Amino acid sequence: MGSTHVLELKNVETYYGKIQALKGIDLYVDKGEIVTLIGSNGAGKSTTLKTISGQVKSKNGSIHYNGDDITSLPAHKTSLVGIAHVPEGRRIFPRLSVKENLLIGAFSIKDKKVIESRMKRVFEYFPRLKERLDQKGGTMSGGEQQMLAIGRALMMKPDVLMLDEPSMGLAPIIVEQIFDIIKELNNQGMSILLVEQNAYQALHIADRGYVIQTGQIVLEGVGTELMTNRQIQEAYLA
Amino acid sequence: MLAHIIQTLPQVIVDGLTLGVVYAVVAIGYTMVYGILELINFAHGEIFMSGAFIGTTVLLILSSVGFLSSVPAILAFIIIIVIASIATGFLGMGIERVAYRPLRNAPKLITLITAIGVSFLLQDIVRFIAELKTGNYIVSAPSLFNEKIHLKTSSILPQFGDALFKSSFLVVLIVAIIMLIVLDFFVNRTKWGMAMRAVAQDRETASLMSINVNKVISVTFFVGSALGGATGVLFMVQYGSIDPYIGFILGIKAFTAAVLGGIGNIRGAMVGGLLIGLLEMFAAANLSTITHGAFGAEYKDIFAFAILIAVLIFKPEGLFGKAVVEKV
Ligand SMILES: Nc1ncnc2c1ncn2[C@@H]1O[C@H](COP(=O)(O)OP(=O)(O)OP(=O)(O)O)[C@@H](O)[C@H]1O
Ligand SMILES: [Mg+2]
Repeated sequence: MGSTHVLELKNVETYYGKIQALKGIDLYVDKGEIVTLIGSNGAGKSTTLKTISGQVKSKNGSIHYNGDDITSLPAHKTSLVGIAHVPEGRRIFPRLSVKENLLIGAFSIKDKKVIESRMKRVFEYFPRLKERLDQKGGTMSGGEQQMLAIGRALMMKPDVLMLDEPSMGLAPIIVEQIFDIIKELNNQGMSILLVEQNAYQALHIADRGYVIQTGQIVLEGVGTELMTNRQIQEAYLA
Repeated sequence: MLAHIIQTLPQVIVDGLTLGVVYAVVAIGYTMVYGILELINFAHGEIFMSGAFIGTTVLLILSSVGFLSSVPAILAFIIIIVIASIATGFLGMGIERVAYRPLRNAPKLITLITAIGVSFLLQDIVRFIAELKTGNYIVSAPSLFNEKIHLKTSSILPQFGDALFKSSFLVVLIVAIIMLIVLDFFVNRTKWGMAMRAVAQDRETASLMSINVNKVISVTFFVGSALGGATGVLFMVQYGSIDPYIGFILGIKAFTAAVLGGIGNIRGAMVGGLLIGLLEMFAAANLSTITHGAFGAEYKDIFAFAILIAVLIFKPEGLFGKAVVEKV
């Protein structure tokens, strides 16, 4: 056996009914890496993450996590093995309080002390959440909701954090904060799979990047190299 | 006219509250399932009815072995209501598993028709068993609580009349209120209650939180059905005689209560149930006085349905409809 990647997709194909959204995706993330997946609307970025987390089932191909086959693991079990998925559009539970939104991230944890210490960690990253524990999630601002969505995922203490367009609809200064936190989490050893349309910023912090187009990976390489790639500059960095 | 209304008020309140809490508990079953699946579980009225029959069966068995005469009525009652709610809890859970889950992604109308089918099925199964065992589909149960209670409300205010009721009223009222409080606690203060609310708000995302959505849906059906079945027992204790069709009208009224409170909203269903119960009893006591005899008490049922129609036309989200800003 060669070295195992933390996360590895081989020839993954996913369909919505008869429509094929992923046409054989090959992709891997190594321990401690930030890997970004960029592409335009409808390219299949979210579908890739959903297939990994088990929200949709792949028809062909395999997904491995630390060498273990997780291809057909249902969504509620994927988070247990160590993969957290921050979905597109944040998807905060609008009528749960901020505290409950965080608690639900630690749903599988029985030990109250563990939950508390994880919550403390989350507040270190996002002190703003601590002041708003009793506020309903749905009444938070967009930036706060994104922080809460990431905080909720951190409650699972994942090894791999997958983020689907965390910068969507946010002011540049908030985006910068969030990207700083992603880097910080990565420095602590967390592997990151970052989906973005905001290619410039994503490639800037990424070790490696993939470009996806109509369900296929069309380019891959080191982040900074992709940034200077002609095709990418024309398509995504204009 | 006013004098008559005031005079009957204490009795109206006692009767209305008792009926209202019954509606409230059954309404919760509708609203919980709707909240989580957007399905109007028309079979819920029949779960209530099944609870009444299961309770009666246990009661008849207990009395035939002489158990009833050897223990206090309240103990027998607790045994009966616990058995009936567990049984109906599993019944509701089983119905979801075999009839609704395979249709989870089918158009809503198909599931709705299935629910109506399930309710006919339950009516007929119960009728079949009842006729087989007793020769009649109307079944009477020995009464457990029938001391008369005389509430001297006239001593509070001379214009009031006194309120009269059987002690079973009190049992119904107290047990139903306990169920409402326990359920509210369960939904708002426990981990599984939180999971239930999360699944109701966003099923897909809940699954990312290591919540087993199917399990939460099963728990929801279990809890809602167990409450419905327990209420069936209360009905049996109160009225003594039951038939396989008692779930129909009561189910529609409880459903009206759920719509009135804002379907999907549990506390709304509680308030809606109380309002409908009170209004119905108010109508029963005063309709003929108010209309100078044109309409009698038998028209009281119209109120629930008039409310249903009015709410659907003017305020379809109900009194306490979900008013939450959802930012994306
Ligand atoms: N639930 C669904 N049912 C049918 N088709 C879908 C569904 N979800 C996505 N698709 C289709 O699959 C393709 C990939 O969609 P996906 O959401 O993965 O794109 P994306 O790269 O995340 O786009 P965006 O940047 O707009 O979020 C699109 O053609 C889309 O229309
Ligand atoms: Mg997307």
